[in-house]
Amino acid sequence: MTDIIEKTIEQDYKYGFVTNIEQETLPPGLSKDVIRTISKRKNEPKWLLDWRIKAYNHWLNMEEPDWAKVEYESINYQKISYFSAPKKKELKSLDEVDPELLRTYDKLGIPLEEQKLLAGVAVDAVFDSVSIATTFKDELEKYGVIFMPFSKAVHKYPELIKTYLGSVVPYTDNYFAALNSAVFSDGSFVYIPKGVRCPMELSTYFRINAQNTGQFERTLIVADNDSNVSYLEGCTAPQRDENQLHAAVVELVAHKNATIKYSTVQNWYPGDPKTGKGGIYNFVTKRGICKGDHSKISWTQVETGSAVTWKYPSCILKGNHSIGEFYSVAMANHHQQADTGTKMVHIGTNTKSTIISKGISAGKGQNTYRGEVKMMKGAENARNFSQCDSILIGDECGAHTFPYIDVRNPTAQMEHEATTSNIGEDQLFYCNQRGISTEDAVSMIVNGFCKDVFAELPMEFAMEAQKLMEISLEGSVG
Amino acid sequence: MLNIKSLKASIDGKPILKGINLNIKPGEMHAIMGLNGSGKSTLANIITGRDCYDVSDGDVIYKGDSLLEKSPETRALEGIFMSFQYPVVIPGVNLTYFLKAALNAHRKHRGEEELDAMRFLKFIREKIKQVEIDEKYLKRAVNEGFSGGEKKRNEILQMITLEPSLSILDETDSGLDIDALKIVANGVNQYRNKDNSFLVITHYQRLLNYLKPDFVHVLIDGVIVKSGDMTLAHKLEEKGYGWLES
Repeated sequence: MTDIIEKTIEQDYKYGFVTNIEQETLPPGLSKDVIRTISKRKNEPKWLLDWRIKAYNHWLNMEEPDWAKVEYESINYQKISYFSAPKKKELKSLDEVDPELLRTYDKLGIPLEEQKLLAGVAVDAVFDSVSIATTFKDELEKYGVIFMPFSKAVHKYPELIKTYLGSVVPYTDNYFAALNSAVFSDGSFVYIPKGVRCPMELSTYFRINAQNTGQFERTLIVADNDSNVSYLEGCTAPQRDENQLHAAVVELVAHKNATIKYSTVQNWYPGDPKTGKGGIYNFVTKRGICKGDHSKISWTQVETGSAVTWKYPSCILKGNHSIGEFYSVAMANHHQQADTGTKMVHIGTNTKSTIISKGISAGKGQNTYRGEVKMMKGAENARNFSQCDSILIGDECGAHTFPYIDVRNPTAQMEHEATTSNIGEDQLFYCNQRGISTEDAVSMIVNGFCKDVFAELPMEFAMEAQKLMEISLEGSVG
Repeated sequence: MLNIKSLKASIDGKPILKGINLNIKPGEMHAIMGLNGSGKSTLANIITGRDCYDVSDGDVIYKGDSLLEKSPETRALEGIFMSFQYPVVIPGVNLTYFLKAALNAHRKHRGEEELDAMRFLKFIREKIKQVEIDEKYLKRAVNEGFSGGEKKRNEILQMITLEPSLSILDETDSGLDIDALKIVANGVNQYRNKDNSFLVITHYQRLLNYLKPDFVHVLIDGVIVKSGDMTLAHKLEEKGYGWLES
């Protein structure tokens, strides 16, 4: 079966291409001047610039974390360019969009025109750092839903941004969150008013394009009392030789009775299959707070890309009876390294959390689940269920599980289950004997393994996720 | 259909098959009987292409071509089917999906149009009746939570779904109660015709009583020591294998 492994290794990253569009890019380097320039370009109010500068000053005194089970060449932050935007801006219709850019979307399989027709998905397409087009605006406006580029929201809804920015992930939180706070380029802002069930899935496609350009997205979603929203995030990136840093911050706030569902399918360039060089560093801070009673936040992620992943979408369960969920499929093939998991902090009474993590390791991939469940003193009758399963394909990869448990209330209940298994030769032979090729068998077995998580994804994403798994897995059998 | 010529094979240097000759013609059913360790399952595995054996001599000719260099899935697609002694569980993959993938791989190979979900469901609902499998099993993961008898019926379901030319039944009778045995035998008998061939591997004559094979061979220590018809199976049941050993 070694020849099959080699075949996989030789497979190119299918979304590896570069769009040739004129970019307006700042020269590499990070300083207060650079931050001022970014802020000025975006015509930001003073309070935001001040916040950025505070974050930067804080970041200067921090150390890059090294506790994750990942290894990578150290990042030279002075070699990264912190702002890049396509030159034409503020387009009124798709006709004005650079045709080259539209072709990029076509290659990615997300033509905007088609998106409009598809199942009511509104797309706020972020190309590099500046939003190009927003669709379905009118429909959302009718319900009072705010869904717009972050940079616009700063001007239009400064009070909301002021109230919530950094309220879940303060700039002091960690090294990469501080960096993001200092230099964030753009992102999305969502506000769902009281009692509104958002009429469509909200979706944003991020894409890293310019060489050496760090991508620092900022997403903020606020769901007011009794509201409901489902947000989809999906990413692919073109092939590049030098490492690209991505340090996004996502903050979710769920008020009383509100539900936020946040789904991610991530397929950034994982690096050269033979050497592991050139892939994306994905150092993301995602956290949500269930502020009100009976609120709910649900994270679902399918992570198939990036060279190094450092990501722990978490929930702070503050409201009584609030619910946190984390469903994850993480895949590490070739030289990929993933250290991912979640943190559930139970503060309110009768809070409940569920963690379902499926790790797939293939090639020389290293996959780590790292999760913490914390039951605070006041978390009467809190409950957690965790299930962490790993599957190994071949004998050069690794799966690691680090569950941290901290219970300070005697009425709290926790359950933790973990399994690790190999894709068995028996299973493969059984499929082969039924005429199913080894590649199809592996993808079938892995998709079966991930089923519980895929079931949590919105329909259109579930299909995409399965396709991604197939692409990432083709032939990775040992 | 299948012609095995002086086949010798070993595993980890240990000889298992020491010169097997067997010729199965279209429409024939051959039974191979023998004790544990006599090489019965090894023979089945070599025919289906499990790659942990070294074939040192001889050949296996199927429909005029040597099988030995072909991949397991190619052999399957060319019409060789094995009912497994120990069918494996595939968690999370529902049986309908699995059967559809298997059938469509065969249909594609035969140059036929693949069945979509609706047409497949109609097709498979007819098939499950023949082996008395309840429809609810179609929604379960492959072999997950199936009893021994259900697993074996599921194997026969796969056989009649994929319509092979040569079916190898590897100890399909083991672990079956009398009712399940009848259902399995019935499923096999319905599939018998002048074109389809069978190789039935078993310890006991009880399945053979229902199947009535055309030929019975006794395998001892990697060699076929005796061939005959059903009377040989009866004699083995009566006297055991001792009288055949030199």
